[in-house]
Amino acid sequence: MYHTLAVLVEDKPGVLNRVASLFRRRQFNIESLAVGHTDQSGISRMTIVTECSDIEIERVIAYLHKLVNVLQVNDLTHVANVTRDLAMIKVNASIESRTHIMQIVDVFRARIVDVTSSSFIIEITGDEEKIEGFIENLRPFGIIEMGRTGIVAMARGAVSQAAPNGNGNGYKRPVPAQMN
Amino acid sequence: MKINGAHIVWECLRKEGVKLVFGFPGGATLPIYDAMLDFPDIHHVLTRHEQGASHMADGFARAGGQVGVCMATSGPGATNLVTGIATAMMDSSPMVAITGQVVSKLIGYDAFQETDVTGITLPITKHNYLVTDVHELTEVIREAFYIARTGRPGPVLVDIAKDVQQTFIDWEYDNTPIHLRGYRPDLSPLPKDFQQAVDMINEAKRPVILAGQGVMLSGAMAELNEFANKTHTPVAMTLLGLGGFPASHPMNLGMMGMHGEAWVNNTIQESDLILAFGMRFDDRVTGNLKTYAVHAKKIHADIDPSEINKNVRVDQALIGDLRSTLLTLLKYVEPRDHAEWIDHITEMKGDSAVRDIMNLPDNNHLYAAHVINDLWRCTQGNALVVTDVGQHQMWSAQYYKQNNPGGFITSGGLGTMGFGLPAAIGAKFAKPEANVWAIVGDGGIQMTQAELSTAAQEGIKVNVAIINNGFLGMVRQWQEFFYEKRYAATPLKSPDFVKIAEAHGLTGLRVTQRSEIEAAIYKAEETEGTVVVDFRVEQEDSVYPMVPSGADLHAMIRRPMPNPIAETPEDTI
Repeated sequence: MYHTLAVLVEDKPGVLNRVASLFRRRQFNIESLAVGHTDQSGISRMTIVTECSDIEIERVIAYLHKLVNVLQVNDLTHVANVTRDLAMIKVNASIESRTHIMQIVDVFRARIVDVTSSSFIIEITGDEEKIEGFIENLRPFGIIEMGRTGIVAMARGAVSQAAPNGNGNGYKRPVPAQMN
Repeated sequence: MKINGAHIVWECLRKEGVKLVFGFPGGATLPIYDAMLDFPDIHHVLTRHEQGASHMADGFARAGGQVGVCMATSGPGATNLVTGIATAMMDSSPMVAITGQVVSKLIGYDAFQETDVTGITLPITKHNYLVTDVHELTEVIREAFYIARTGRPGPVLVDIAKDVQQTFIDWEYDNTPIHLRGYRPDLSPLPKDFQQAVDMINEAKRPVILAGQGVMLSGAMAELNEFANKTHTPVAMTLLGLGGFPASHPMNLGMMGMHGEAWVNNTIQESDLILAFGMRFDDRVTGNLKTYAVHAKKIHADIDPSEINKNVRVDQALIGDLRSTLLTLLKYVEPRDHAEWIDHITEMKGDSAVRDIMNLPDNNHLYAAHVINDLWRCTQGNALVVTDVGQHQMWSAQYYKQNNPGGFITSGGLGTMGFGLPAAIGAKFAKPEANVWAIVGDGGIQMTQAELSTAAQEGIKVNVAIINNGFLGMVRQWQEFFYEKRYAATPLKSPDFVKIAEAHGLTGLRVTQRSEIEAAIYKAEETEGTVVVDFRVEQEDSVYPMVPSGADLHAMIRRPMPNPIAETPEDTI
């Protein structure tokens, strides 16, 4: 099954390479990877989607934790979450097809961000299903070019599931516990 | 004070307590080597090949527990370290490798002797750094040592651009405690983990401890001993675990796995509780995972969370430092008497394949097992044994019954041929008072034979026992068992090792008869300087018993016995 991981990492050169190399080395596939800054300076957030079993994902998480530059790993798969992907699609838009395309854009609540005499660039955000559906609707008009960001995911609710030393479900527990 | 990066390197090494560096200079480390002359308290050992330097640092670390340091120049110098770094990684050996890099403005331009060393070593280091700003140098070296020696130890590489070495800055040592937000070597089990483990231990009827190198890495030898005594639990060891529990202890079972005794493996297969202490269920230890210890519940104590449930699903994990884990367990486990279980094991013990060879008639053949058994007897089990990789390694594990922690050094995980001689030299530097014996094969020694020259230049004494059978023996054995004796590329014509030793200004001895073994061992030990003993052993002898790769742990290949078994003298068991 697909697992969605939210991974907080130090924003240092080579960190993306370390994470990607780990997936390659241990023979796990990255289906989607999105990286960007967080609200805290020096910390980036990666959203990684990988296909593996529940047992295998434990290994992936443990290996990620072993990387010195990885601060926190959370598996969002089994928690209520919001996932979003952004796509930009350049599509043929002739005089005849224009109105039809604009109607589809409206239905999907997408946006036209560039117009020429023969093409549109359309921007759409949403979960994967919505974007796939949108692409299928545009395909008959002739897609010239497309780019997607990959999935960004976040758990629902007021609490941060992915704060450094937060209440994540990884092994980097904040306080070592002793038996009394 | 105003100093350059090269001096900062040595100042930092001094602060880490480094007294010894193994290395080989080159263009991109010229500033570091120039600065070295201002630090006479740190000795530099010039090796003949960077691989030798990495294995020496590894052997040094394993024998003494201190972080081993090796140094190489950029490009080929750095890539020559790779095998040694990977060896240290697989066997959790603390090492810091320092490499020179081309000047920072040329990085990425395929400059002379440029290579992406941090990229190459990324999967075989615990962590690595590229330093292109001299202001980061101190912090990086401090972190490198900290990461190398804490938690599950491992190699850390620091790649330093040449201009960083040359740049002068106002410098003062930074003493602030190291804080790495993403690095937590200080985990310990939760109370509920302990509770469940204690319940399982108290309920077990047929428990067995599987002790790995983690016992020694966490210094838990005494605690393991106490635990085994209190819970009356026998202890089997991994190859790297040998020495962590005294071979002479009545609860000692010896080595498990592919070349472990059948009765040891059967003990594991029949057990109802496995206590895995600082080991990682390597495939050489488990055999077929589907049939591995199916009746046993499993408790896995390890400091590395990624080892839990990796190869074997366990019932209870105890993640943390083994010594403190054992100290806590000892408070709560009840004293036990498993006499019935122990008796059963003792009964199985009568069936010993390792002992078989001792009973072979003395027909003027020299068997490797005899050599190593005699070496064990002559050194009373107290030599520091360093092996290479192959048949002699397994025979050493079987017949050299090591009592001392750190007394058996070998490349386990990576199985690096060429490890033995340089690692033995490194170990001797760590323990100058130790009687170091490198046990190597005629194949492996030739991979790093040039380090005899290092030993000669340093005036350091190691005794090298070459188990010379004229074959790449372990590969030949597999060809015999599994490839119809088609000996592809395994017959080996070697130089005259006695003359090789003499050419280095060292002493060489040759042994062809069993009756000569003892005299040669004593002669080697009495002779000043490194001695090479060429033991010409039986050519097509094999290591028994053996679990074929991927087979069930209890399905072992036994030695064919041509002659009736004679009574065994007690000291050879």
